Amino acid sequence: MRLLNRPLGRLSRHRRGPVAGLLVVLLGLMLTGGLYAAFSPASSARENDSAAQIKKGHQLFLVGCSFCHGNNGQGVKTLDGNQLGPPLAGVGAAAVDFQVGTGRMPAVQPGPQMPQKKPVYTQDEIDELAAYVASLGPGPDVPNPADYSLAGLSAEQRQEAITRGGEIFLTNCTACHNFEGSGGAMPKGGFAPKIRGVEPKYIFEAMLTGPQAMDNFSNGNLSVEEKRDVIAYLQSIQDNPEYGGFGMGGIGPVSEGMFAWIVGIGSLVGVATWIAAHTARSSKQKAES
Amino acid sequence: MSSDHLPETTHGDAQHVVSAHDPLPDPGLPAHQWRPTDVDPKAAKRAERQVASLFGLALLGAIGFIASYVIFKVGDHPDTIGNLGASNVMLGLCLAVTLLGMGVGMIQWARKLMSDHEIVEMRHPASSSQEDREAAVSILQVGLEESGLGRRPLIRNSLLAAGGVLGLLPVVMLRDLGPLPHHTLYHTIWDIDTWTPEMKAWWQTQNRTQQRIVRDVVGTWIKASELEIGDLVNAEPEVMFAVDQETKQPIVEGTELLVDKSKAAVILHRMLPSDIVSAQTRNWSVDGIVCYSKICTHVGCPISLNERTTHHLLCPCHQSTFDLTDSGRVLFGPAARPLPQLEIDVDDEGYLVAKRDFTEPVGPSFWERG
Repeated sequence: MRLLNRPLGRLSRHRRGPVAGLLVVLLGLMLTGGLYAAFSPASSARENDSAAQIKKGHQLFLVGCSFCHGNNGQGVKTLDGNQLGPPLAGVGAAAVDFQVGTGRMPAVQPGPQMPQKKPVYTQDEIDELAAYVASLGPGPDVPNPADYSLAGLSAEQRQEAITRGGEIFLTNCTACHNFEGSGGAMPKGGFAPKIRGVEPKYIFEAMLTGPQAMDNFSNGNLSVEEKRDVIAYLQSIQDNPEYGGFGMGGIGPVSEGMFAWIVGIGSLVGVATWIAAHTARSSKQKAES
Repeated sequence: MSSDHLPETTHGDAQHVVSAHDPLPDPGLPAHQWRPTDVDPKAAKRAERQVASLFGLALLGAIGFIASYVIFKVGDHPDTIGNLGASNVMLGLCLAVTLLGMGVGMIQWARKLMSDHEIVEMRHPASSSQEDREAAVSILQVGLEESGLGRRPLIRNSLLAAGGVLGLLPVVMLRDLGPLPHHTLYHTIWDIDTWTPEMKAWWQTQNRTQQRIVRDVVGTWIKASELEIGDLVNAEPEVMFAVDQETKQPIVEGTELLVDKSKAAVILHRMLPSDIVSAQTRNWSVDGIVCYSKICTHVGCPISLNERTTHHLLCPCHQSTFDLTDSGRVLFGPAARPLPQLEIDVDDEGYLVAKRDFTEPVGPSFWERG
């Protein structure tokens, strides 16, 4: 007891010191904060974005995004009433991670659709931008890798997930993205991009946020598991061999018809021309004639 | 052009006149040039070997086809060559080699070795001689006279009538192509009154008055509060997924299921309520959630190609475009009628329900409807 009492007693001597009150308050605050951080639900909107991250994100935003989306992400309208950049309050971190992570944003120029290109920002900068945009209003967060991974499922469950994902894909996605995810044309210069070979995170985020003209498939529309199954199906058709032979991009009769007309009929015409033109004749006469 | 430049002819005389001094004498056909294979036995031997080896290649291809058929596995885990299905690729390649080898070999054979005659075939008139034509016409005339068709119109007309009705017989037999649709085209499975007794018995156990709208494929109920703005849901009536509690078998199945699904499929789309234009669309929606038939009114393709920014629904078959904010009005394309809207509501537990069936037939126009 005496051994234990001694350090406490030494501490106790300072209890009326000039900084003691301040120290106790600080200790209490840190304890409360630490306990809250440890026990609060992790999924509730992005608490781990530090103020510094949001601030840096805002600075990046002012340089790279504010021209079209406004200084505070409120959106900008052109003089004739068209939307230059949409307002960003409520689009959430997932939308930023998708748009900037796939290089669609920052846009090079306004147009019917922003194409995918090499990302301009690093993942850290994208996280900062996402933290800033998420701070504008509640929206979908960047998904957890566990949400779209099949890890922890048995082989049979995986096969089930792929089959169900295929049915959901054929019902909800093929209208625009083609029967094997090769993409397709949309009205007024838009297009549905190819979604085979896209990172699962970006497919999940696209379903969650509905980029550009695409519809939302929020968690109230397709549950997290259903989205995971769609991703599993897309990955399974990516790994599958092209059983029927060369697929020619899988975009249907256009490429196949082009192949038949240009390569097939073209080579027949070429061979026929060669046969007709190639008439070797000898100047010699037959000995007996 | 004056007649001075025309060749001299003798009028009234059909005889062909050959001028005594022809300025351009007929050079005749050029001397026949033989092929190298005709004059050089070595070349002929070489061509023979070429043709034979092409036919040999064709033989190898045919044997390869049989071998590929036996060797390569098909099914769930097929053999592959460079990520392509081995069986299909090899069968195709071998068949191509066989047909190509035979074809090229035959042409080579004909060009190099078969006999090399030059044949001139003079033109001649295609019609029969004058006497033959006159004889044929006179035979027809005699037949017409002797049968008395011109004099006895009763016989002629009754024969024509019998022949005409005979022609109708195959048309009548088209009726066997299937049962008449009767009233089924005018309602869908959204209408509880048209259900079969089994479906009605299942509905008794549910203790509800209005049919819930469920997600396609998975069959789960849809809470109005869970849908976000911009959401598009492909949906069905809940009876599609009804399961008999005792037998655990689906109540609607088989052909019936497919037919009902092809008529009752709908899409739900949530937009800002302020985006809605027409009063019908506003009155029949719930907080900006609108529900339309998924079947195009042109030729009945399923449509769910929607743009959330414009709320335009596009049919991928022929590009008919419908405005979801304005009672499904046709904006573009061959569709003649607006997309039928389904009147929806929310029940006590917050799930989306159909208030009633579509008020008009869904899908393409048909004979009785015009």
